Amino acid sequence: MNNKKLTTIITTVALTLSIATAALAADVTLLNVSYDPTRELYADFNNAFAKYWQKKTGDKVTVKQSHGGSSKQARGVIDGLEADVVTLALAYDIDAITEKGLIKPGWQKELPHNSSPYTSTIVFLVRKGNPKKIKNWDDLIKPGVSVITPNPKTSGGARWNYLAAWAFAQHQPGGNDAKAKEFVTKLLKNVPLLDSGARGSTNTFVQRGLGDVLLAWENEAFLAINELGPDKFDIVTPPESILAEPPVTVVDKVADRRGTRKVAEAYLNYLYTDEGQNIAAKHYYRPINTKIPTRLAKIKKLYTIDQAFGGWQKAQKTHFADGGTFDQIYAPKK
Amino acid sequence: MKLFKPQNNVLPGFGPTLGFTLFYLSLIVLIPLSALIFRTAGLTWGEFISTVTAPRVMASYRVTFGSAIIAALINVVFGVLVAWVLVRYRFFGRRIVDALVDLPFALPTAVTGITLATIYSSNGWVGRFLEPLGIKIAFTPLGIILAMTFIGLPFVVRTVQPVIEEIEVELEEAATCLGANRWQTLQLVIFPMLLPSILTGFALSFARGVGEYGSIIFIAGNMPMISEITPLMIITKLEQFDYQGATAIACVMLLSSFLILLVVNLLQRWSRRYAE
Amino acid sequence: MSAPLTTAVRQKNHAPTEPQVVRWLLIGIALIFLTLFLALPLAAVFSQAFEKGFSVYLAALREPDTMSSIKLTLITAAVCVPLNLFFGVTAAWAIAKFSFPGKNLLITLIDLPFSVSPVISGLIYVLIFGLQGWIGPWLQAHDIRIVFAVPGIILATIFVTFPFVARELIPLMEAQGKEEEEAALVLGATGLQTFFRVTLPNVKWGIIYGVILCNARAMGEFGAVSVVSGHIRGMTNTVPLHVEILYNEYNYTAAFAVASLLAFLALITLMVKSIAEWKVRQQLNNT
Repeated sequence: MNNKKLTTIITTVALTLSIATAALAADVTLLNVSYDPTRELYADFNNAFAKYWQKKTGDKVTVKQSHGGSSKQARGVIDGLEADVVTLALAYDIDAITEKGLIKPGWQKELPHNSSPYTSTIVFLVRKGNPKKIKNWDDLIKPGVSVITPNPKTSGGARWNYLAAWAFAQHQPGGNDAKAKEFVTKLLKNVPLLDSGARGSTNTFVQRGLGDVLLAWENEAFLAINELGPDKFDIVTPPESILAEPPVTVVDKVADRRGTRKVAEAYLNYLYTDEGQNIAAKHYYRPINTKIPTRLAKIKKLYTIDQAFGGWQKAQKTHFADGGTFDQIYAPKK
Repeated sequence: MKLFKPQNNVLPGFGPTLGFTLFYLSLIVLIPLSALIFRTAGLTWGEFISTVTAPRVMASYRVTFGSAIIAALINVVFGVLVAWVLVRYRFFGRRIVDALVDLPFALPTAVTGITLATIYSSNGWVGRFLEPLGIKIAFTPLGIILAMTFIGLPFVVRTVQPVIEEIEVELEEAATCLGANRWQTLQLVIFPMLLPSILTGFALSFARGVGEYGSIIFIAGNMPMISEITPLMIITKLEQFDYQGATAIACVMLLSSFLILLVVNLLQRWSRRYAE
Repeated sequence: MSAPLTTAVRQKNHAPTEPQVVRWLLIGIALIFLTLFLALPLAAVFSQAFEKGFSVYLAALREPDTMSSIKLTLITAAVCVPLNLFFGVTAAWAIAKFSFPGKNLLITLIDLPFSVSPVISGLIYVLIFGLQGWIGPWLQAHDIRIVFAVPGIILATIFVTFPFVARELIPLMEAQGKEEEEAALVLGATGLQTFFRVTLPNVKWGIIYGVILCNARAMGEFGAVSVVSGHIRGMTNTVPLHVEILYNEYNYTAAFAVASLLAFLALITLMVKSIAEWKVRQQLNNT
């Protein structure tokens, strides 16, 4: 490499770096570390919040996004990813950050409704016309029905799927934990592969054409239909499912150090305003403010994690930790 | 390993170059890798053993090492064939084919995985013809072998190719003159010369396959006990915030990579001595 | 790992060979195998990239987040490649021109990054520089960011591409021996003069091929970088990570359009390599 080229490269690098720093200095930035299915929601919401904040305070705020599997994201924050706010798939992942002292204990009481400004649930995405006549959870264990769901060990969404099936079986007449385990075992027999993440499963179902039914977040199912063809798929909302409450919170240590607490709190609170709730509804989340109109089908019974499983800590330990029910189902028969 | 020989070397720069090599190696490779071992040291010996021999982890070793061996064998057979054809025969498009062999180096592993799944799943370009025959590749253990074969192929071709190029034509001519037929020449003259490089290629392809993650998760299906690879078990541990468990399994993998490579390098030394 | 280039040039046209039928059969098998395993995936990348036409392809590449990922990947490669080049040349000099105890061990350690799982290569830097790691808290106190920022991405990439130049040069320099250098020294050249005037011209094309491979791998690395990146859109996403994001956003055309950039890179690599071989042949013909 000759000297001239080297100089050019160094200049380019230096220029790039200085542009990057200049951009950082001019306005407030927040980093929102979130899970996979919220990309579209927060892309929209961040714009709305930036407008609102500039009108209110005159400050320009830029919200940077990072998306990935929920526990991978939590691990990032634990290891130093400088998130001002986290908006994750389950409280368990935020608890893990709390254990390392980055978030104050009791965070879930800071904001209304268990710090979950929107909820969601698990529904079925089926092929157009629903050829296998899948209406409810017990249709999934019928022989010949192929079910696509990700691996609960690596995907937060898959954990909701698993627990939804479990809760359904538990609440059937004569249902108990043993029956539920039997039910979930039968269900997993119909699962031909386990992708590592929720979006991976959607791609398998849609792009590869595998499976008769995809267990998915409600908003993911709608997004898949909108993006990939309403003429190819139908959504089946089962009469019973699980209430998923994806929580949000400020990462205290980071926000205090960066001096962004005020705007970070305003950001999360804005999720609870009418505009925030409308944006959530627009992206097929269920707003907690019941006055906000939603296009989503009513579900008769929604089980909660606290009521059906005694909270996330317990659910995680019983079902997904090493040696939990999920491992037992796949353990080699002795 | 060579014994220490007294230096009667007039070339300068041994001290600084070796010094810098060791410094950079320690900084980039050794110190970071030692972090793995220190983090694992938080576990007692019993915990360590039970973590790395848990049934699902054991199954993942079987899947990972088994698939990597099969993939490396496939690569040896076809890699040697490809290398032979590229060196010895002239045909239209030879340069392009030669060039194509390096593709797996440059393609990001995630793209590899997605692309292979696109081609070999039951509605893919190739998969749709295999499906009626009852062969499923994507989302089965076969998918793992496929991905490992893809990423390992260049290693065999690029190790064997130069050796074929080096073979003195006179040797083959001599064998022919002495009355050997072509098959005998190949078997008795050429194959023994290629053997060390074939072993090296096999080991490199194997080592690369064992560590591969990005492309495999897209095509493996990731079923517990059946198609979970060891790197996925590390991720699984991390997902449970179990850093020590993750580093324990990582240590086992690290040790096996190291041993494989040590064998490779001894083979390479041996092959050079053999060639001389 | 790859062919020392000087040997690639001897023609074997007069070698004893197999019957015509066997030759065509072997060529056929090799081509079918390579088509199934290499050409089809390459074709699949391009066919999906151009599925919706050239303008959509260009638009996908012009998108700001894509541009920033390209910029980051270029910066990463621009830092990694020179460092590993310098290391590769120094290490090759020490290893190929001198004998010392523990040489095999040293070579094995240099090779190690190449077979370590990418998952582990990323993890080790998190274990050291992460907030729960050895010097993470100190770094945070001094507001220095390594992991989940550009330095971490560069470190992980250096690790992954560590052996490439060295592995290319060691066998080549060993094969060339040290007679020429010794002659130069006897004639009164200094050490550096010897290196720049004698050694370097001899291994020039080996260096270039090593740099090309190192560069290709640096730009294409996914697993290790994914662990240390933090995936902040527009800031810490490299091209391979951006491909995954686009794919996960059901934006298949854009994903493959960006991926095709890396496939192009592979093709350019191959062209440069062919030129290198051709140059070497010319050099040999002249002597």
